[in-house]
Amino acid sequence: MIDNHILGPVFIHLFTAILQLIAWRKTVTQRVISGIGSFLGVLVSIRLLDKVVDNGILTLNASNWEAPFGIVFVADLLSSTLVLITSLAGLAVSLFSSTGINRQRMLYGYFPIFHFLVMGLNGAFLTGDIFNLYVWFEVIIISSFVLMTLGGRKQQLEGAVKYMALNILASTFFLTGIGILYGITGSLNMADLSQKIKLVNNQFLIGITSTFFLIGFGIKSAVFPLYYWLPSSYHTPPSAVAATFGGLLTKVGIYAMLRVFSLIFIPDEFTRNLLMVLAVLTIITGSLGALIKLNIRRLFSYLIVCHIGFMIGGIGMFTKVALMGTIFYLFHDILVKTNMFLIAGVIRQMRGTMEMKYLGGIYGQYPKISLLIALVLFSLVGIPPLSGFWPKIFLFKESLNLEHYAFVAALVLGSFVTLFAIARMWSEVFWKDVPAGVDAEDKFAPMPLARKILLILPIGLLAAITIFIGLNAEVVVQLVDKISDQLVDTSSYVEAVLGKQN
Amino acid sequence: MKSPILQSATKYLLPILLLFSFFLLLRGHYYPGGGFVGGLVASIAFVLHSFANGPDETMKILKRKPLSLIPTGLSISALSITLPLLFGYPPMTGLWFEEPIPFIGMIGSSLFFDLGVYLVVVGVVLTILFTISLNNLEEKN
Repeated sequence: MIDNHILGPVFIHLFTAILQLIAWRKTVTQRVISGIGSFLGVLVSIRLLDKVVDNGILTLNASNWEAPFGIVFVADLLSSTLVLITSLAGLAVSLFSSTGINRQRMLYGYFPIFHFLVMGLNGAFLTGDIFNLYVWFEVIIISSFVLMTLGGRKQQLEGAVKYMALNILASTFFLTGIGILYGITGSLNMADLSQKIKLVNNQFLIGITSTFFLIGFGIKSAVFPLYYWLPSSYHTPPSAVAATFGGLLTKVGIYAMLRVFSLIFIPDEFTRNLLMVLAVLTIITGSLGALIKLNIRRLFSYLIVCHIGFMIGGIGMFTKVALMGTIFYLFHDILVKTNMFLIAGVIRQMRGTMEMKYLGGIYGQYPKISLLIALVLFSLVGIPPLSGFWPKIFLFKESLNLEHYAFVAALVLGSFVTLFAIARMWSEVFWKDVPAGVDAEDKFAPMPLARKILLILPIGLLAAITIFIGLNAEVVVQLVDKISDQLVDTSSYVEAVLGKQN
Repeated sequence: MKSPILQSATKYLLPILLLFSFFLLLRGHYYPGGGFVGGLVASIAFVLHSFANGPDETMKILKRKPLSLIPTGLSISALSITLPLLFGYPPMTGLWFEEPIPFIGMIGSSLFFDLGVYLVVVGVVLTILFTISLNNLEEKN
């Protein structure tokens, strides 16, 4: 069904960013606009998801050019749910940034760039054209370069150079893949490609093309041999920025993999095995990194890598139940990882450092906030009934069914290491007394109440959504069930874009 | 660098280059040209002027900070993208006036999109240029 309003979430953030550019250097106005814009974005995304649930897949032909000739935007259940979750995470980060980012960064355009980033994410989820997907990826990485270097501390620039080099490499692979694909099939529309790719005689060439996409998205989502840029750059920018990056940017890579491998390159035996091996190795390396890191944000960065492995494994199995696990985990992971970095930001405000050996005594000083944080940590570990528990059931079930025992072992290892790392962090940061001789500089206690609320409210908001997903798992499982149906059987997607096939 | 030849040449070149950039902008819908190229030519005109007379003189002609051109241009473009939604078309559809306008010809919403791009390009190039050259001046003093 054609609906001309599915780009609403993109336009909301575009106009928010423009209004903030007009209010250049007026940081208070920018903060207010950012909050309002993000909130409107959430409302529009809820409406979009609601429409998609009611009416099925919605499409939009940009400039009124019919698909497959023009650029088409498609809102299926996966896209619109991800847009909603992105908007929620965006709202939380936007509220947190209004006090968590220093004024100097705001003066140099933190907020407009942040909204351009969220706009790029929404666009990437909604587009149905593979080259357009590349363009949205560029919007995302250019905005993220700026966010990462804003402030210009030496350490930040060092992280940014690694981040930029690897991401440009990823884009090059992705673009080369698109070029070859276009050369083979003569189309860029993903629904059209899914039809034309079956007719190509030389399927070997298609396999090679798919590795370009695998490498490109693999770098972006931090998969095993290509992950090392992530832990060496994510701990450098301010926490609010790291929250957007850690929560959302790697997940766009996962989304793109899901999309491309379900629509265009249906994974064959070799690709599946490759993905499984990558998943196992990603989990192992991520866990090993998480075991030794004693800086909170470095620890979280390695946990991101570890949990990316869970999702890659689900894509590697490529059955309905495994995809359900992957998609559910994706939703959970966006919310929780964003929240983790926000928590790291609050801890920094409370103690002025993120090294575990200088931290301590937060539970004694702030018991209520600590309990809220504990809830998020439990959810990350996957304690039932919180959101991290449910997707793992699907992943375990399916990998036992398909007898991927190495992946089962990796899942167990990953979960235990997460538990261990989080338990150690809890005892070091919250239970242990402040170490002797450390002069904790608490910026949080003297803050006015309004600023405290702005720091804690986003964490509470995301935690509430996590609990909602955990307790309401039935609704979410039904949604995820429909989504993986749409991914396994793409005929409804193709039909929505290209019209009835004869 | 003060050169009377360059200064007097610039006096005549500035309006010609600006006119040429407008020509490229208007021509861009069907032929090579358009907002991006037009914007680059227009900013080159100002770059030439600042070479000849110094960035302070150029700021006097511009009157406003080039930075403010960026949101102006962006909002013109964004509005022309979303305007078709009000008429029930998908975003970015070209809307055209029914009668051609004398001397200019047919005008549609895509021209305003290009105009927005033109302003953004001028704004970005001049902002970068002035940031660098004014920094240099400060260092010299």
